[in-house]
Amino acid sequence: MTHQKLLNAGLELAEGWPQLLAQAQSLANSFIAGGHGRRRAGNGDTFWQFRPARQGDNLKDIDWRRTAQGDENFIRQNEWQAAQSIQFWVDGSASMQFHSSADSKHKRAAFVSLALAILLSNAGERVGTIDGKLPTKQGRIQVEEMAKLFSLPTKNDFGSPEIDYFQSHSLMVFASDFFGDVKLLEKAVTAAANLQMSGVLLMILDPVEITFPFSGRTVFESMAGQIHHESQQANGLKSKYLAVLKDRQDKLQALAQSVGWQFHCHTTDSSPVDALIWLYGALGNQR
Amino acid sequence: MIFFGFLGITTPWLLLAFILLPVLWFVLRAVPPAAKRRRFPGVTLLLELRDYDTEPDNTPWWLLLLRTIIISCLIVGFSEPFLNFDSIDDKNADLLVIMDGSWADAPNWKSQKKEALRVVQQAKNSGQKVAFLQLTDPIESLVFSAASDAQRQIQAAEPNAWLPNIKPAEILTNLDNFDTYWIASAVQWPRQSEFIEVLLDKGNVRVSQTSTALFGLLPISFTEQGIKVTGTRLKSKSTQQVPINIMGLDPSGVERLLQASVLNFEVGMLQASEAIKLPKEIRNRITRIMVVGQQSAVGVRVLGDNNSRSEVAIISGDFGAREGLKLLSREHYLTKALELSNDLIDGTIEDILLANPDAIILTDIAKISARAAMTEWIEQGGTLIRFAGPNLAAANHDLQKTDDLMPVKLRRGGRSLGGAMSWGSPKTLQPFEEDTPFFGLPTPTEVKVTAQVLAQPSPMLSTHVIARLSDGTPLVTQKKLGQGRVVLFHITANTEWSNLPISGLFVSMLDRLVSNGAKASFEPVALAGTTWKLSQELSAFGKLKSAGDRAGIDGQSLIDKGITSKSPPGIYEKETLRWTINLLKDDSNFKPPNWPSLVDLVGPLISPLQSLTALFLLVALVLLAFDVLISLWMSGKLLGVGTIFAALLALLSLTPENSRAQTVSDRSIIATRDVVLAYVRTGDVRQDEISSAGLLGLSLALNQRTSIEPVTPLGVSLAVDELSFYPFLYWPITPAQKTPTADELQKLNRYLKGGGLILFDTKDADISKFGQSTIEAQTLKEITVGLNLPPLSLISRDHVLTRSFYLLQEFPGRYAGTEVWLEASSAKENTINKKPFRNSNDGVTPVIIGGNDWASAWAVDNSGQPLLPVGRGVSGERQREIALRFGINLIMHVLTGNYKSDQVHVPALLDRLGK
Repeated sequence: MTHQKLLNAGLELAEGWPQLLAQAQSLANSFIAGGHGRRRAGNGDTFWQFRPARQGDNLKDIDWRRTAQGDENFIRQNEWQAAQSIQFWVDGSASMQFHSSADSKHKRAAFVSLALAILLSNAGERVGTIDGKLPTKQGRIQVEEMAKLFSLPTKNDFGSPEIDYFQSHSLMVFASDFFGDVKLLEKAVTAAANLQMSGVLLMILDPVEITFPFSGRTVFESMAGQIHHESQQANGLKSKYLAVLKDRQDKLQALAQSVGWQFHCHTTDSSPVDALIWLYGALGNQR
Repeated sequence: MIFFGFLGITTPWLLLAFILLPVLWFVLRAVPPAAKRRRFPGVTLLLELRDYDTEPDNTPWWLLLLRTIIISCLIVGFSEPFLNFDSIDDKNADLLVIMDGSWADAPNWKSQKKEALRVVQQAKNSGQKVAFLQLTDPIESLVFSAASDAQRQIQAAEPNAWLPNIKPAEILTNLDNFDTYWIASAVQWPRQSEFIEVLLDKGNVRVSQTSTALFGLLPISFTEQGIKVTGTRLKSKSTQQVPINIMGLDPSGVERLLQASVLNFEVGMLQASEAIKLPKEIRNRITRIMVVGQQSAVGVRVLGDNNSRSEVAIISGDFGAREGLKLLSREHYLTKALELSNDLIDGTIEDILLANPDAIILTDIAKISARAAMTEWIEQGGTLIRFAGPNLAAANHDLQKTDDLMPVKLRRGGRSLGGAMSWGSPKTLQPFEEDTPFFGLPTPTEVKVTAQVLAQPSPMLSTHVIARLSDGTPLVTQKKLGQGRVVLFHITANTEWSNLPISGLFVSMLDRLVSNGAKASFEPVALAGTTWKLSQELSAFGKLKSAGDRAGIDGQSLIDKGITSKSPPGIYEKETLRWTINLLKDDSNFKPPNWPSLVDLVGPLISPLQSLTALFLLVALVLLAFDVLISLWMSGKLLGVGTIFAALLALLSLTPENSRAQTVSDRSIIATRDVVLAYVRTGDVRQDEISSAGLLGLSLALNQRTSIEPVTPLGVSLAVDELSFYPFLYWPITPAQKTPTADELQKLNRYLKGGGLILFDTKDADISKFGQSTIEAQTLKEITVGLNLPPLSLISRDHVLTRSFYLLQEFPGRYAGTEVWLEASSAKENTINKKPFRNSNDGVTPVIIGGNDWASAWAVDNSGQPLLPVGRGVSGERQREIALRFGINLIMHVLTGNYKSDQVHVPALLDRLGK
């Protein structure tokens, strides 16, 4: 999957959507203009208030139209608008490359995330990845760079988010099958929460992973072949597996709730739009 | 060795492996069917899980059973089981194994040896001592010893080309109490019953009677048209067709198949004869006649000088003898006397000398034309026999000069005895002297001579005389000349001067003379005291092999004693004479042996000792294959049954004939829409490619240079394709080609009759020069033998093919051979102008035969470049160009017929029109 294709897919998916202004709970004190008003005067495009000019104010700041209505000199102040940063983690591990019939999980995760990034970027938000390769930036070029990164699979069997490059106050989008070590994920989420970061966990599964249509003597191998499990009667394993899967999902849900994040499970046989709708709703500014 | 009823086991200890079967059962149970491998990302979730049932997915019981059966089959198979129907209940400790080892055993010698070895093996297993006796091999004494000795002897035993002739007393006297196993041949031998009696005295006798269809060839006889081959056989129950081959030397001296024929044995008949027509020339070249496919000396007859026939020419001095006087003519008596055992040739002296006969007979001819040639022929070994008569008597003999072609000087005139005007009575013959050619012939007293020509007395006269009258005057004189001789009968060849010509003696005398001494040498009288040396021995298998150095054998004993180990059949030589001795005589026939009732005939029952090893192993193999399929199916790797069927169907439909048949209708359209050159598929892929490329090259040249615009050439298969669409067929001959079937021949004949032209290319012009016959030429002969072809001749210089487009005088292909054969032009064509359509093909020859490998010269690759090299350098390119021009001329000729031939007259026609 070249990044160009991925980008096109993302653009196609994002087409027709209103731009998405991410929900900003605690914005960092960054001086980068964005779509989120800080309810105080500062850098921004929208009018915030007139205040009487005080000593030391710059003469050019005086709003002459308002001053002409009264006797005092007024200064026009705009609202301080800051941009929200959104950091993405799209799991490109071998396990995500699995596909039974439709898209691989990685592809689905990548272009849904990309569509989201496009929408956010259009709204002036800053997007980037959590691995530090792409610090959050605005603009179309950033989206393209992200597409390049998303299209690259990684070597590992299972992925886990890196925690070293978290930007405080940013939003997190984790798209993965979360089949890797839960503890690593927990650690990452906790670390993120400690940095006042909010986020979503988007679990992407292949239909086979939900239906478990296996029977007979079967050796299950991980995608990179690093892990084996031999079952003499795979059909007898189905209910157990489904229980374990449910358990895993519950765990993730609990983890998300504990830090105020949101969790969603998406299967690749359903429309990618579903995933985008959920993400839009989850990240959307509910102000 | 263990027996379970009919089932014997050679290596029973292997059966111990059955003890391991239960172990195998557990092992097999423990090995479940192979696991499927699945990629599954959710494997981490599975890691903590355990199967409900820790037992492996069980191997089904029926699979276990199948595998147990496989193992059992293997165990039983490797323990070498066999079916055995004969029980061994020998009483004695010793066993004598006898084989006849005669020519009658040669066809199944191998199986007989095997049987003997097996019997010895059995005896070995049961601890008997064994002795082996081959009846045709002279043997001093028999000793019972370890079986391995007998095995070695049997291994080395070879059959001999004679029947046993053994005296039981000599060998068997000092042996007692032994059993006998006798592998007897199908044919009885003289002292067999005596031998059996002795054996029965000593102990049990089991006889394994070989049953075989044995065919023998009796002496051949010569007929008017050829030879008559007579065969005999062992059993007369059914009709049988026995193919025989007549082998002989070709002109280059190599032995080849001259003629093949079949002996038809009727029900109830032991003998069958077949008259085979052969030209005289061929007849004298025959070296041997053999029954095809029977490896026995009895089915081979080797021919030598004792079977050859002499060629004799008779030239008569009676010119213009009238019809009514035929019976009085001299020629008549000679012809009658000679024609039975000799080949007579006619013609003038000059022609006859060219044919190089064995003897020439001149009746009363005084003046001989072509004297020089005649003298030369005599010096080369010819025999000139002259008869006297009025002409000779009246001729002016020059008494001073010796005449080379006359043994003695003759006096003028003759003398008459016992007539009305003479004093003496008719004279009888003196007995023949010992060193004359006639020695040994009886001299009947009723032979009387009334007139003769007289020799000029001289001191040397008596050395020339080989037959005298009772008064001592010469009747026959001879003179050696070079390697040949001149013989003069002093009487006429008819009854005018004597009644010798109507006596049997006359025939014998002539026979001895014309056969140049050869035939006489084989008569019993002549054979006494002569010594013959065996040069080539006829083996029991019917093959001639060099006999090496052997002591000479007395000719008389060769006849008296018949065929023994000392005088085997074969070719014996004395000086230049070759005497062949064959197994069967005129009255020979095969007699099956008579076995007394005491003999235990085990007969053919024992002969098929059926080893079951192969059967068991085969069953095991089939079951294993089945097991593989089942295992695949169980692990889900077997494709669906439907897929397999589809694959099978696809395979079936891919067979070449089918796939070709589907395209037939398409081909018809292509072939009929445009002119298409076609070649006959030979089955040789490389050749077919060259044919295709060659015709492509020719088609391109035609497109470029002429108004004939053929499309891509097609290959035709005689069996499938309709030929009538193609005006022209290129047919390269490859050695491996099959001869066309009857249907294909019919098709080809229809094609040729309907105006098609076939260019046969034997591609052998490089090696077929000077009349050498190549394999391709042979193949061509075989292929064309069923075609209705007109008489062929070499292409004439004015044939229309030389000018139908280009003016050509040679027709090279890749080779520049000169011989191109096509229909001989009819000489009468010009004279019968009233029927212009008499010639069904409108003057176009139906076949052209050559060996210049034209297709290779024409062949181009897809880019139009020549495919194969022709000649060298510029001259090679020139040759290729000429080859192409020949091709263009050829196709022109095919398509325009004799039109171009008629164009020759155009100037004359124009001339006439102008006026």
